[in-house]
Amino acid sequence: MTGLPERLLTYAVLVAAAAFCVLPMIEMLWLAIQPDRVGDTGLTLANFGTAWSAGGFGTYLRNSAVVSASVVLLATLLSCLAGYAFGTMAFPGSSALFYLLLVGLMVPSEAVVVPLYFTFSAVGLTDTYLAMIAPQVAQSLAFGTFWMRAYFRSTPRELVEAARLDGAGHWRTLWSVLLPVGRPAIFTMALLVFMWTWNEFLIPLVMVINDESLRTAPLGLANFQGQYTSGAALLAAGSVLVALPVVVVYLFCQRYFIRGMLEGAVKG
Amino acid sequence: MAEPSRRTGAPPGEPRLVGYLYALPALLVFAAFLLWPILRAVSLSFYEWDGLTQGTWVGLDNYLAVVSDPTLRAPFVHALVLVLFFCVAPIGIGLALAGLMSRVRLRGMAFFRTVIFLPQVVATVVVGIAWSAIYAPQGPLNDVLSAVGLDGLATAWLGDEVWALPAVGLVGTWVFTGLCVVLFLAGLAKVPPALYEAARLDGAGPVREFLAVGLPALRGEIAVAAILTIIAALRTFDLVYVMTSGGPSNSTSVPSYEVYDRAFVEGEVGSAATVAVVLTALILAVSIGINRFAEREVT
Repeated sequence: MTGLPERLLTYAVLVAAAAFCVLPMIEMLWLAIQPDRVGDTGLTLANFGTAWSAGGFGTYLRNSAVVSASVVLLATLLSCLAGYAFGTMAFPGSSALFYLLLVGLMVPSEAVVVPLYFTFSAVGLTDTYLAMIAPQVAQSLAFGTFWMRAYFRSTPRELVEAARLDGAGHWRTLWSVLLPVGRPAIFTMALLVFMWTWNEFLIPLVMVINDESLRTAPLGLANFQGQYTSGAALLAAGSVLVALPVVVVYLFCQRYFIRGMLEGAVKG
Repeated sequence: MAEPSRRTGAPPGEPRLVGYLYALPALLVFAAFLLWPILRAVSLSFYEWDGLTQGTWVGLDNYLAVVSDPTLRAPFVHALVLVLFFCVAPIGIGLALAGLMSRVRLRGMAFFRTVIFLPQVVATVVVGIAWSAIYAPQGPLNDVLSAVGLDGLATAWLGDEVWALPAVGLVGTWVFTGLCVVLFLAGLAKVPPALYEAARLDGAGPVREFLAVGLPALRGEIAVAAILTIIAALRTFDLVYVMTSGGPSNSTSVPSYEVYDRAFVEGEVGSAATVAVVLTALILAVSIGINRFAEREVT
């Protein structure tokens, strides 16, 4: 029903919007392959190697991997258990407890991190992985429980009944019936928690003060930016390294990402 | 917080006390590392404390200062300016783009969706560094301006008291427009085509058609987008930390940055906690308010 001029106009607008979205990233990639030393010419990949070893990004990325993997594993496990309780069982106070958890969706980490820092500092827990992992698990639990509860509520009642007739208790029903069927929902949640944890900046910034070897990727990058104002190519290469893991996972699983963020947002 | 409709009004699942056991680990972690710190923040907000020595009880003084002290009021005003860039602009542009995209069946739609959503997944620290490079005095933005003969406009964007805040805000527009487009497209896909045909039969043009059919159908999605983006605007921290550190002369100070700066740089922990509590209250109020508004409008 729509004519050629409208199609062309739509394409033009879309191309412009897409260009606006990718240009800053293209610019970063472009900067990253420029020679780092003034006077050199030609494009190079050497900056990535320099950033990885001399720039310390190898360590930073490893720390991010440790923190993200721990948060994803713990948050997923606890969310599945809690979501199972809130989604399939009725016990006194269950909805009050659930709404309490939901408050966590809205509480900004700024409000948590200040008192937490002083508590951790008093018991000597700053500059540890734990100080970065625990608060982020707590934050992810709000979304995770909410997400898994929605999944458990949507599972057909017959599935649970059938499992029970087969003699499965609540524990077996969860592990051998409901969780295997829920793999897509669990995977989506894990992806989102991974992205949020990997990109988190404030919590590592506050919790890691002295021990440079514990810096996560975004924290290392921000410090790098503050220290070397001249090395634009190295900074760009470091930025690419920090952004790359989530971007690659996104490109491969974008369906899950987009669906998860939309559904999570709409339900929230 | 729309409750999904329950099957025939029955309670979810059966009464089982074992539910407590399943929920317990999550609740313990949540209580220890989220609820308890929040309560501590509230109690800290009644003290003047440098983080080292004994604190002094000051009652509501810290809260009064948020209203009376210009250096504490300014961050909240700046956050409101950011709302224009993080929320109003992306929703406006998002509606226009989604309206346009939903009218025509195009090839490569999936590709556009992927690209437009991409800014959502890039770490904000990286985003801040990329845009700092764009805004740099010798950066691409000024290059483009001088290439088209507008050298006069070229400036050190992030070093300018007037331009720094809008410059940070524009990054928010960049990040959130894609989210809004994708959200609205999903909403528009649920509109029955018959509604459009009816509007067309009534002689409505493309714009009228969108205003009469598409827009009302998107009420829920607009509310969601507004909540997400307003919260993001109020919470802006990474971008400001990386791009301006609140400067020049505090022209880009925002509540979250103020919390960090006061607690860990200035040694005014009580005041930092107060800003954090006020910020949390604002975020709760915005989420609940918009939700109420969206639900009332529907019925």
